[in-house]
Amino acid sequence: MTSFAPYIVFLPFIGFLVLGLFGSRIKSEKLIGIIGSGVVGVSFAIAMAIFVQMVGEEPHARKHVVELFTWISAFTGTASSIHVVVAYQVDQLSILMTLIVTGVGFLIHVYSIGYMHGDAGFWRFFAYLNLFIFAMLNLVLADNFLLMFLGWEGVGLCSYLLIGFWYDRKFDVGGYAAGTATTNDAARKAFIVNRIGDFGFILAMLLIFHTFGSLRFDSVFNGAELMSIGNQAAFWITLLLFVGATGKSAQIPLFVWLPDAMAGPTPVSALIHAATMVTAGVYMVARCSILFALAPTTLQVVAIIGALTAIVAASIGLVQNDIKKILAYSTVSQLGYMFLALGVAAFSAGIFHLTTHAFFKALLFLGSGAVIHAMHDEQDIQKMGGLKKYLPTTYKTFLIGAIAIAGIFPFAGFFSKDEILWKAFSSEHGSVVMWAIGVIGAGLTAFYMFRLVILTFEGTFRFGEEVHPHEAPKTMTVPLIILAFLSLVGGFIGVPKSFFGNNMIEHWLAPVFEPASTKLLLIEEGVHATEYVLMALSLGIAAAGIYGAWKVYTKRPDIAESLRNKYTKVYSLLLNKYFVDEVYDKTVVGPTVKLSEKLLWKGFDVAVIDGALNGMASLVSVTALWFRKIQTGIAQTYAVVFVGGIVFVLAWLILK
Amino acid sequence: MNFDDYALSATIFAPLLGVLILLFTPQGNARAIKIIGFVFSVFVFVLSLYLFFRFDSENPSFQFQQYTVWISGLNIGYYVGIDGMALLLIVLTAFLTPLALLGTWNSVEHRLKEYTMMVLLLELGMVGVFAALDLFLFYVFWEAMLIPMYFIIGIWGGQDRVYAAVKFFLYTLFGSLLMLIAILGLGFFASTLQDGKFTTNLTTLYAVAQHLPLNLQLWMFSAFALSFAIKVPLFPLHTWLPDAHVQAPTAGSVILAGVLLKMGTYGFLRFCLPLFPEASLRLIPVLSVLAVIGIIYGALVAMVQTDIKKLVAYSSVSHLGFVVLGIFSMTEEGIQGAIIQMVNHGLSTGALFLLVGMIYDRTHTRAISDFGGVAKLMPVYAVFFLIISLSSIGLPGLNGFVGEFLVLVGAFKSAFLGSYAYAAFAGVGVILSAVYMLWMYQRVMLGPVREGSLYGGHKLSDISAREITALGVIVVFVVWIGVYPGTFLKKSAWTAKTVVTLMENVQRGFQPRYAERALHEDK
Repeated sequence: MTSFAPYIVFLPFIGFLVLGLFGSRIKSEKLIGIIGSGVVGVSFAIAMAIFVQMVGEEPHARKHVVELFTWISAFTGTASSIHVVVAYQVDQLSILMTLIVTGVGFLIHVYSIGYMHGDAGFWRFFAYLNLFIFAMLNLVLADNFLLMFLGWEGVGLCSYLLIGFWYDRKFDVGGYAAGTATTNDAARKAFIVNRIGDFGFILAMLLIFHTFGSLRFDSVFNGAELMSIGNQAAFWITLLLFVGATGKSAQIPLFVWLPDAMAGPTPVSALIHAATMVTAGVYMVARCSILFALAPTTLQVVAIIGALTAIVAASIGLVQNDIKKILAYSTVSQLGYMFLALGVAAFSAGIFHLTTHAFFKALLFLGSGAVIHAMHDEQDIQKMGGLKKYLPTTYKTFLIGAIAIAGIFPFAGFFSKDEILWKAFSSEHGSVVMWAIGVIGAGLTAFYMFRLVILTFEGTFRFGEEVHPHEAPKTMTVPLIILAFLSLVGGFIGVPKSFFGNNMIEHWLAPVFEPASTKLLLIEEGVHATEYVLMALSLGIAAAGIYGAWKVYTKRPDIAESLRNKYTKVYSLLLNKYFVDEVYDKTVVGPTVKLSEKLLWKGFDVAVIDGALNGMASLVSVTALWFRKIQTGIAQTYAVVFVGGIVFVLAWLILK
Repeated sequence: MNFDDYALSATIFAPLLGVLILLFTPQGNARAIKIIGFVFSVFVFVLSLYLFFRFDSENPSFQFQQYTVWISGLNIGYYVGIDGMALLLIVLTAFLTPLALLGTWNSVEHRLKEYTMMVLLLELGMVGVFAALDLFLFYVFWEAMLIPMYFIIGIWGGQDRVYAAVKFFLYTLFGSLLMLIAILGLGFFASTLQDGKFTTNLTTLYAVAQHLPLNLQLWMFSAFALSFAIKVPLFPLHTWLPDAHVQAPTAGSVILAGVLLKMGTYGFLRFCLPLFPEASLRLIPVLSVLAVIGIIYGALVAMVQTDIKKLVAYSSVSHLGFVVLGIFSMTEEGIQGAIIQMVNHGLSTGALFLLVGMIYDRTHTRAISDFGGVAKLMPVYAVFFLIISLSSIGLPGLNGFVGEFLVLVGAFKSAFLGSYAYAAFAGVGVILSAVYMLWMYQRVMLGPVREGSLYGGHKLSDISAREITALGVIVVFVVWIGVYPGTFLKKSAWTAKTVVTLMENVQRGFQPRYAERALHEDK
């Protein structure tokens, strides 16, 4: 069955080709929707079949590689020169990612049939989505870094195409004056910021090849197992890889593109900018766990960046009013948690949170899509309110998502987030400070999520007469219900020992992370009393966050008002996202453009080089003009010169 | 006697047949002139395909060799033959020429007959340059190719065509005169050896050159290198390029960017490195630093251009910097990357100039600020523009990535370069290419249709079936090389391997093996 792995990857590509080439001629939205969703559905089915087969195998025999053909090579036959094969690797980690990508992807495709109904670019949308799934599957199923990079850049391209899907709509992008930017500015920003990260990825690959003589995961990781902790090359490789991860997974300092990526249609935000693509960095770090295990310094950096991002993004989320931007900052923050987990060497905890987050964040985004749909493209939650009456299904499912992300027992987010917090506290790579940041972040998360829920669904209507909210069609609500169900029970795949579970996901992934765990001498923990205390604490803080939001936004709106007035500076700092975009613009973007235009082009190229050349040319022509005077064309003058010459020569000969 | 012995010469001179027939075609019959030009350029392509399929990738020596005495007293011969690199560049030339004609079918009306003849003569010169194995013959083709290009820019170009044509001509001529002196010097050096005679036979000279003292090597390398560096163009000798491109008619730009620039990098690999290996090793830092500066400089200056053609021209400076860096990494990856990058740049930039030409034909402007919202009016055109832009950006899965990545691998691991900094700085070019290409794409293709612009009132028609064919064929290869580059990289493997082996041996102080191999084949 595993030999079918390439089909998982290529079916969506066929979908892309069919829709891309003939989509404009297919008049039926239904047919386009069936093709687009169908290919992803079949991919999911194949992945499921492979998964079932793998469950029946010995844990250490679950890795399978399917080789297809030689891709990039020097073709000189020299053993030390580069040779990269297109090959797919199915193992516990990649099949889990594949199931998420195709499973959640399939639901979002179905949802899009309803959401994109009537859009002029309906076929184009599904073509891009299929292409995205293809690229994403390359990313997770690749058996080498270069093919992973193909997927990595490919998803970046699809992200670019889909953020700018409605390319000439006005959209406020960070770094641009209000009202001057379009969705394509957001798309371009996303692509370029990602490229900065990719620069790190490319350098990492070069160093990997230089160090290990191969880009294949197997060869590299086997080589890494023989190295000792603190290896210099491993340090640089992992640091550069992490630069790549900060780009794709929107971590400090490259997180600025993700909030603007909300310019894309909402299903895109759900699929690409929440559930799958942005988790690529997390997947990549987890995939390279053995390399990171060799570099404790990098692990420390990963943990610190993760924790910082988690809290910074959560704090920005507190004051935003655009429903999708709140969710975007929430995503940035949650990704921070995942990196915190990876940084404290709790790799499977990171992947566990990635999984549950895919469920509840996709749910929240799709729910917000249903709201936006109902509100005729209004995204400002200050202009909503009382929507639960009109959108009962959306409301209920959204509430489940909110509870899940807030981390309330026994919803999915509770188990995965608590696992991270516990590891941040107990791991020898973690610390109390990291745990504390995580817990405060959890409180903020609960607060801003319920602020969002209350302002959107509860209270009084704050929209005009002309708006008539209505519940979304079945193609949209059914995916919501399925995702809500998964957000409710998804956590049970990782119930810890302290809850008398056996942490299935950790056991499933164990063989993948075994080399790293062995290297780091991680020991399986028993049950501690502290764990219960900490759990109760974080649960209490989450509950407090919810209660606070409920109190402020239903009972005492004056509190928010007075806080805003009392701390104007803080409020403005948060509202303006710490002015990061503006700083980048002033320090990097602006000066580069100015330097290129004034100094390099008009200064050096035109003035110096061409100036020198033209100067030389005119020198030649001036000299020539002067010499030209000799050529008078008057025979007498020539005769005078001629005679003068003879006299001169004769005189010289005689006088010599 | 079989055809293989003449196949190469047939490919070189086939355009001449077209020129002869055109001579007897009446000026007024535009349709016939176009068809004759196109048919003969396709015929050359078919011949080049014959070479491609008959070429033996396993054979390290020059193939399809043909030698005829030309000037016997000076041992100058009509000597042609190709290795994998020359093969790929000849196929590229023969591929782009008909597409350049097809893509600009209705662009030229004035003196069409002469124009078509010039294009065919140019093709002759270009194929000849890549096939010549005699330095004198090489020089003749090199100069011969300059003349039609000069006329193409000077007669069928834009407003400032004469300035651009003269600048192009003088720049190039200046370089090649020094090269001629070095060629003669090399020939005379051969005659000073025991039993030596004056010769310009390249394979003989490969052997002779190993006796060159280092100071002479350095002088001759510099003379050759200057000529090639101008052609590439290597920073800071690049300022003729933006002018020439902006002023040249579309087909001229396509061929200029697609093929002519490669002659510089081709020259480095064919002549500079194997003839003057020690000098090459010494000068690695100079050329590599200039290459890396060119990569970043070209990209930064491209970013702030206001004319689309100038933007593409400066992007060429950046992309060709990669090629030079790959060559002077002197690794198999680097040189293979450089060779495939030559082809890639020919395809992508050739296609970009075709695209710019198509919209220029419709609007008579190339100023970025005149455009906006073109994608709405020309959706098919926009798709092609996007694919080619992505190829130029180096998106994995398309051709550009293969070359750039191999060059970066070569530069990174190269013991000759000896520093990671080259690859790291070159990598910055990868970021910048996305900046300028996507920004240009956005300003031209997306956004609102500009009111009051030249085409504001008109209905801009999407590209025709003819134009789609020209671009579509290129896109096929853009994807092919991106996904399965082995078809092409296999051909040039020996070229890379031979040069690298030579360089490594010279570095270790061994006798140059390259020369010995060449001696074997000497006729």
